[in-house]
Amino acid sequence: MTERAFQHPGINLAHAREEDHLHAEVTVFGFWVFLMSDAIIFAVLFATYASMTTRTNGGPTGAEVFQLSNAFIETLVLLFSSFAFGMASVALRESRVPTIYRWMGASLLLGLGFLGLELRELTGLIASGASPQVSGFLSSFFLLVSTHGLHVLAGSVWIVVMMVQIAVLGLRREVRSLLLRLGLFWQFLDLIWIVIFSVVYLPGVAQ
Amino acid sequence: MFGELSLDALPLYSPIAAAGAGFIVLGGLVVVALITWLRAWRYLWSEWLTSVDHKRIGIMYVTLALVMLLRGFVDALMMRVQQATALNTQGYLAPDHFEQIFSSHGTIMIFFMAMPFLIGLMNFVVPLQIGARDVAFPLLNAIGLWLTAAGAALVMVSVVIGTFSTGGCSGYPPYTELGYSPGVGVDYWIMALAISGIGSTVSGINFIVTIYKLRAPGMKLMDMPLFCWTSLCTSLLIIFALPPLTVAVTMLALDRYLGMHFFTADGGGNLMNYANLFWLFGHPEVYILVLPAFGVFSEVIPTFSRKRLFGYTVLVYATMSIAVLSFMVWLHHFFTMGASADVNAFFGVTTMLIAVPTGVKVYDWMLAMFRGRLTFATPMLWSIAFITFVIGGMTGVILAIPPVDFVFHNTLFLIAHFHNMLIPGSLFGFFAGYTFWFPKAFGFPLDEKWGRRAVAFWVSGFYLAFMPLYVLGFLGMPRRTAYYDDPAWQAYLIVAACGALFILCGLASQVIQLVVSIRHRHRTTDFAGDPWDGRSLEWTTSSPPPEYNFAVQPVVHSRDAFTAMKAEGTAYRPPGVYEPIEMPRNSITGLAIGAASFVFGFAVVWHIWWLALLGLVAIIGTIIARSFATTTNKLISSAEIEARERLWLVTVAEEREVVLQ
Amino acid sequence: MFADSILDPAGPVALAQRGMLFDAVGLMLIVVAPVFILTPLIAWRYRARNTAARYSPDWENSRPIEIAIWLVPGAIVVLLWGVVWSRTHQLDPYRPIAASQPPLVVQAVGLDWQWLFIYPTENIASLNRLVFPAGRPLTVELTTDTVMNAFSIPALGGQIYAMPGMRAELNLLADAPGIFVGRNTQFSGDGFPDQTFPDIASTEADFESFLQEAKSSPATLDSATYAAVSKPTETPAQQLFAPVEPGLFAAIIAKYGPTSPGAPGDGARAMNRSPRRRRHVR
Repeated sequence: MTERAFQHPGINLAHAREEDHLHAEVTVFGFWVFLMSDAIIFAVLFATYASMTTRTNGGPTGAEVFQLSNAFIETLVLLFSSFAFGMASVALRESRVPTIYRWMGASLLLGLGFLGLELRELTGLIASGASPQVSGFLSSFFLLVSTHGLHVLAGSVWIVVMMVQIAVLGLRREVRSLLLRLGLFWQFLDLIWIVIFSVVYLPGVAQ
Repeated sequence: MFGELSLDALPLYSPIAAAGAGFIVLGGLVVVALITWLRAWRYLWSEWLTSVDHKRIGIMYVTLALVMLLRGFVDALMMRVQQATALNTQGYLAPDHFEQIFSSHGTIMIFFMAMPFLIGLMNFVVPLQIGARDVAFPLLNAIGLWLTAAGAALVMVSVVIGTFSTGGCSGYPPYTELGYSPGVGVDYWIMALAISGIGSTVSGINFIVTIYKLRAPGMKLMDMPLFCWTSLCTSLLIIFALPPLTVAVTMLALDRYLGMHFFTADGGGNLMNYANLFWLFGHPEVYILVLPAFGVFSEVIPTFSRKRLFGYTVLVYATMSIAVLSFMVWLHHFFTMGASADVNAFFGVTTMLIAVPTGVKVYDWMLAMFRGRLTFATPMLWSIAFITFVIGGMTGVILAIPPVDFVFHNTLFLIAHFHNMLIPGSLFGFFAGYTFWFPKAFGFPLDEKWGRRAVAFWVSGFYLAFMPLYVLGFLGMPRRTAYYDDPAWQAYLIVAACGALFILCGLASQVIQLVVSIRHRHRTTDFAGDPWDGRSLEWTTSSPPPEYNFAVQPVVHSRDAFTAMKAEGTAYRPPGVYEPIEMPRNSITGLAIGAASFVFGFAVVWHIWWLALLGLVAIIGTIIARSFATTTNKLISSAEIEARERLWLVTVAEEREVVLQ
Repeated sequence: MFADSILDPAGPVALAQRGMLFDAVGLMLIVVAPVFILTPLIAWRYRARNTAARYSPDWENSRPIEIAIWLVPGAIVVLLWGVVWSRTHQLDPYRPIAASQPPLVVQAVGLDWQWLFIYPTENIASLNRLVFPAGRPLTVELTTDTVMNAFSIPALGGQIYAMPGMRAELNLLADAPGIFVGRNTQFSGDGFPDQTFPDIASTEADFESFLQEAKSSPATLDSATYAAVSKPTETPAQQLFAPVEPGLFAAIIAKYGPTSPGAPGDGARAMNRSPRRRRHVR
């Protein structure tokens, strides 16, 4: 059953038992399907945002509220967080628990840092009078960005849960499989953010 | 402390509404009393409520659907009586009450009758048909069930505490915005749809994975029974179509709760976005509802024609093309919004395109009967009644012509059209499936005599109730009209009300059918499990099937796997050795998440924020706690399996005179 | 019996729509009728008791039949496409109707639960009664000052949504004088069933006298009277106004704020004017 090792999408668990593969194949495939559905949610939010960019209702426009530097720092923080999680996944292949912890801790901290930056940006906007109640444009912007933010928050909680699980349960089959899915989720959020950066912030500032 | 909840929330605004609320409360109390009297709580808890067995979950889904069908039908009957009598008077229902009724009728029939019915049938049948022991994610399956139940419970509770939406099942803003609908009704509608929508989405994910990954050894995709194909397409549609609905109702909620401007008329909102999002969900939803019924017809007709299905490959491709095309037609729901002629014509053309594979399917079913040996058991009668659907197909193409739609849009012609799709196209299929697989689920068949009566009443009732609505559409009667002053309309509305009474008789026949069948079950027991000379794998098991479905996973070489086994003489062959089987344990997780979601939804509707937070924390806490559970599976010993299988094979041998090797 | 319906068209638009309807039904009967005829025949012929009928349990495929059942509906749909494409453009509600006379422009405002018709050129307004000369094209500009409405005159053909903050258009023509029913078909609240209006296609002479009647009306229509008129009512009454404050129709649209930068209207003014009145509950 060696060919099976490469059959399921995502990061493969090398040198694992066959039933691990079967389990991972089904759960990881299921998670991909979930991500597909989640991607549709974001697609709908993007489409809504795109149709609302001019509906500023006399309030501020994108060019007036977006700060590219802040968004760029947020992007970097999230990218490094993904990188850290990638390193954790590599360590998972070789079951090096302390290394996994280090990299997961790093990606958690960076994820929380991202959330802090984003929270600061959004509260700053509200304080300056660009709240989501002002216009359809700002409503759609806040919903898009904060939906992503809530996903990051959920991912951060998940990272904490997984760190506890590794401690309590060890690297057993279910834990490994959950870590694989968390990895996919974390990279997915990164991808979504890149789209937000290039669909919302870049053209917004260029206006 | 209680947010906006106060004693004013009781439905004392009209005696009829109060009576309805009393009836629901009384019904609930009677059920509780009955369970207590039968001392069935423990049984119910351990065998059903906490079960993760796909068969049990399927049966619970269908039970929910049937209960909600009765509720939705009461709404329909009340509307028909109102419209039959409301000439030059306001009728017996206050406008506000009438509006709640048409809104809850549509919402219930689509989201809490048809959806649970089809997901229930898929749950019960698909794993058995593909030779699997369960779905890919049994616990997720239970969560889906209880989320759907939580949504249904919210709709039911709205009758007793507060009011329901008056914005129709489509909930168009700005009417449903806070300025025009200030009460809790729309909030109930939003929460019910959002919660059950998440439940449907997880079911969709579950069935996609189940069908792709858990098929019996040797079963290629093109060997699957057609019901599995339509289930797969429906599941794919669910995961693509439900997200736009979830987003749309979330945005509406943000408008209402936080004063945002997604769909408001002012503030830079765009109410046309709602129409697009809702129908981007809504049109695929029609096919979500119809495709599984098409699958049932494709199972029932060959079985009762004792003949192979005609044009299997064509039916598969037709199903796939319907699924893909269903995402390209949504704009035909609002040709009248004033889009350019190019846009309208484009969507008119794509809509007509979808009629082609649908028409092909109808002809394939006719050819499936051609040169067969037809017997007319109730499932077959329901399937033949399907031909009524083609009238709906024809009126659908009529409505797809933009200039003609300008005339019929928003009239009863439209109402007649989509009931003409969904009753013969969907509901009759679900009924066919219900009578077809009932003996598999319970080990005794449904009574034939009352089944035939149900078909007769439903079909004649359907024609009586909906053909006059087409005429009323020609006469220009708008939908959602509580009262009117055009005497020409009344005669048709009276006929339609008579049709509703016929359907009432049909439903009564079905209730009697169930009671009679249960009372006669000892005489009609069929443990052997192949009452219809079935063609696919679900009939290779006992009725009801054991928890593990198959003692040994069947190996499949062709379509109509069981027919092939029977022809080759390999059916009912016991294995040499019985292996122990690992099955998932019962879990309270699904029920807990459903209950917490209900609490969350209710609290949000009434602005009881501490309770909403509590509900949310309970949901998240349950998920995290569950992820630490390690002994989620149990082992069924080989001795237990062997004993059960032997008992079954002896029964089969007695009934079928099959020689056991 | 079918007055006020597409089956008894009173104008060229409705007539063309009826023609399309009949064409489509006729074409589709080619596919639909055989289903109703053949299904009972097959069911009877191949009933299990009729052992004389041929029985082929493994017959599952026939290339010629399959090609036929794809091609026939396919061909019909292709035929319909051509018709749909051209007629959708011909019968585009925004397309002015060709005639020797210029169209009469009426601005219709959907209210809770009545209709206000402003005749901008004639400088009059009529509440819940639409009068226009037969034989002359009618251009209805549409908006609402409430939730979404749909303006429909079944005998003349077509309906189109009227939406707050937006302008839509419907072009119609009545062949001969007559009285038709017009109504809102989009559910809009408690008084929705009463939101109908007589729709009078008159002779030129009658239209002149209607204009005179309106001009002699003591009531004028300005922002203040409009505010009173546009209050929700379930007993719509007819009334005439003259003169009408210029730009009232545009002001009603602009009330909901600019939809994009550069659109008319002052956003800041529109922002705090969300229609947050409570509907009366019975």
